[in-house]
Amino acid sequence: MRASLFITCYNDTLYPETGRAVVKLLERLGVTLDFHPEQTCCGQMHANTGFRAEAYSQAKRFVRLYRDTEIVIIPSSSCVAMIRDQYPVLFEELGNEDLRRDLQALLPRIFELSEFLIDKLGVEDVGAYFPHRVTYHASCHGLRGLHVGDRPFRLLGKVRGLELAPLENLDRCCGFGGTFSIKNAEVSSAMLASKLRDVLTTRAEYCTALDNSCLMHLGGALHRQFAGMRTIHLAQILASTETEPAEEFL
Amino acid sequence: MSHTELDPRLAPPFPQAALPVLRNPQLRKNVAHATDVIQGKRAMLVAEKSDWQELRSAAAAIRAHALENLGTYLTQFEERCTAAGGTVHWAADAAEARRIILDILRAEGASEVIKIKTMTSAEIQLNPALEANGIHAYETDLAELILQLGKDEPSHIVAPALHVNRSQVREIFARSMGRSDLTDDPQALTAAARSYLRQKFLSVPTAISGANFLIAETGSVAVVESEGNGRMCLTLPRTMITLAGIEKVLPRFTDLEVMLQVLARSATGERMNPYTSLWTGVTPGDGPQRFHIVLLDNGRSDILAKKVERQTLRCIRCAACQNTCPVYRQTGGHAYGSVYGGPIGAILTPQLMRMEHAQSLPFASSLCGACYEVCPVKINIPEVLIELRTQVVDREREQPVRVFDAMYVGMRAASGIFAAARRFRSAQRLGRIALLPFTGKDGWIRSLPGLGARWTATRDLRGMPGQSFREWWAERKDNQQQ
Repeated sequence: MRASLFITCYNDTLYPETGRAVVKLLERLGVTLDFHPEQTCCGQMHANTGFRAEAYSQAKRFVRLYRDTEIVIIPSSSCVAMIRDQYPVLFEELGNEDLRRDLQALLPRIFELSEFLIDKLGVEDVGAYFPHRVTYHASCHGLRGLHVGDRPFRLLGKVRGLELAPLENLDRCCGFGGTFSIKNAEVSSAMLASKLRDVLTTRAEYCTALDNSCLMHLGGALHRQFAGMRTIHLAQILASTETEPAEEFL
Repeated sequence: MSHTELDPRLAPPFPQAALPVLRNPQLRKNVAHATDVIQGKRAMLVAEKSDWQELRSAAAAIRAHALENLGTYLTQFEERCTAAGGTVHWAADAAEARRIILDILRAEGASEVIKIKTMTSAEIQLNPALEANGIHAYETDLAELILQLGKDEPSHIVAPALHVNRSQVREIFARSMGRSDLTDDPQALTAAARSYLRQKFLSVPTAISGANFLIAETGSVAVVESEGNGRMCLTLPRTMITLAGIEKVLPRFTDLEVMLQVLARSATGERMNPYTSLWTGVTPGDGPQRFHIVLLDNGRSDILAKKVERQTLRCIRCAACQNTCPVYRQTGGHAYGSVYGGPIGAILTPQLMRMEHAQSLPFASSLCGACYEVCPVKINIPEVLIELRTQVVDREREQPVRVFDAMYVGMRAASGIFAAARRFRSAQRLGRIALLPFTGKDGWIRSLPGLGARWTATRDLRGMPGQSFREWWAERKDNQQQ
């Protein structure tokens, strides 16, 4: 199977190890990956901050870049939600009928990583080994935008050595919210404090998620507090094996 | 508790208004506890309805249909209500509504009124206006009474005193009723309120209410409540004045079948609210013999005219969005500077202010979507928040001072960078160099200047790795080809 990786702007810049893990994992599963060098950003940050014209330019760019692509894989649920939920509205509002049609044809071929593994490849056991206690944080966009449901749990459940620690108040936001974490830094921090209480109660070694954005928020606070817990993207756990353990930024 | 009128024109921006609350452990505990309790009850009662999603869809459709044909249904309501002996008044804005109500009260020779909980009266700042004209309003809803006696303001649509706990209630009652013997036993507190209020019910002949629904088909008004104070106000006085937003209308009486089911379950986590009062004009010899209804626009027609924003008016004030909101959970309602707090307030208040005030509110959300998920009339609150954010930014685009706004400048610059991969690559390299002086030996950033300081005040930031993903990919491809 051939697929193209849309890595997302922040994974590209700040979390390349997540991208490398996606490559390692998918190639292990027999997927031939391609990376379009012209890709940049899906436009979510601009759209959600009120910069619609700018978001529109990025949306146009994305659709033009990928309209002929067989399968697009994105290791970030919030970027997938942006494309699925906001692009159609943007194109309709700005009356771009051609792009709207191209998007409609493209949408069924866009997958968040856990969706791709379960729905397209039909695998739960990806042959991973990660001998640690792990808790899963459900990002809001994965939970309520994409409705990924139990897909991440099914994948984690098959990872050898992994002990899954349930997280209380799973449906509650960590307080990141993109520019919300800057514009409303104090409220965002209060939400984070409340989420961290639940996360630390799990006594896990790692907190994982589908989105490095939430993990940047949680991980930033865990690091500040010397809390003894690390964050790691789901792709890195799934890529990890006995011979090649997860690549981490220490 | 501080006493500030909840006036969006005077309220500080949300991030600033939230600060004192974030540092108030009692208030945060009260809000978290109360919202947990209501959410838990709601979740149980929603789970027992196998057709909950169908009910939501039906409720949304009824409300959307009513709004799309609002003119027709309001005219019908006016005709039927007038035919039944009611007097219908139309108020274009808050000032006109206050004037109409004052004129009615003056004609009645009233120096006191009893009130059933109405958020709309707080929206139009009615109580201070009455007070200024020598008319004292007695709140008869227990929570509203607590706030009135404690010189406080509502912080929640359904449970206005949600931020106050019972030991604080005891203090307020003891002080204002001269009852130093009171304990904080809920029954004792309720009994104290009951005997205080009973005198008012029996002696004040004029009442003011809000409305949960107006029924176009019959000209009826519906009020739902839990305490029976509403029933008292609706039966004992001589004159009843109802203040209702024009969006409250439902086409048919049978629409209540759907609306009352979703409202009680969403609002208080009950299968049915304890008291549902319905009245149609006046009934000779039964209840108030004079009935006035003031239909308030106050910006609602403008909202109705807008495609995305229109759904805001479907709201039935159940407050499920407030209870589930992780932002409201931390800040409570007062930070929103309006009687309408939480997610619905974040979209309703700026619109009622015609986007002239409360412009920080659309940004007071992490867009987590929990509000949309629980909304019984399916208002896509995140969608409206983004729409309003866009309007705020579009206005900023025309202001010369925008060049001093770091967020604005940063967003515009980012847009230019994302427009071409070549620029993005250069920005990544530049960023790596620029962040180097702030990056510790362990590769983490503990402190940043400018806007970045708002992040690093409470969170570390991973420093930029030496190689971006795209650089790694290009290198790997080169190696594979060699």
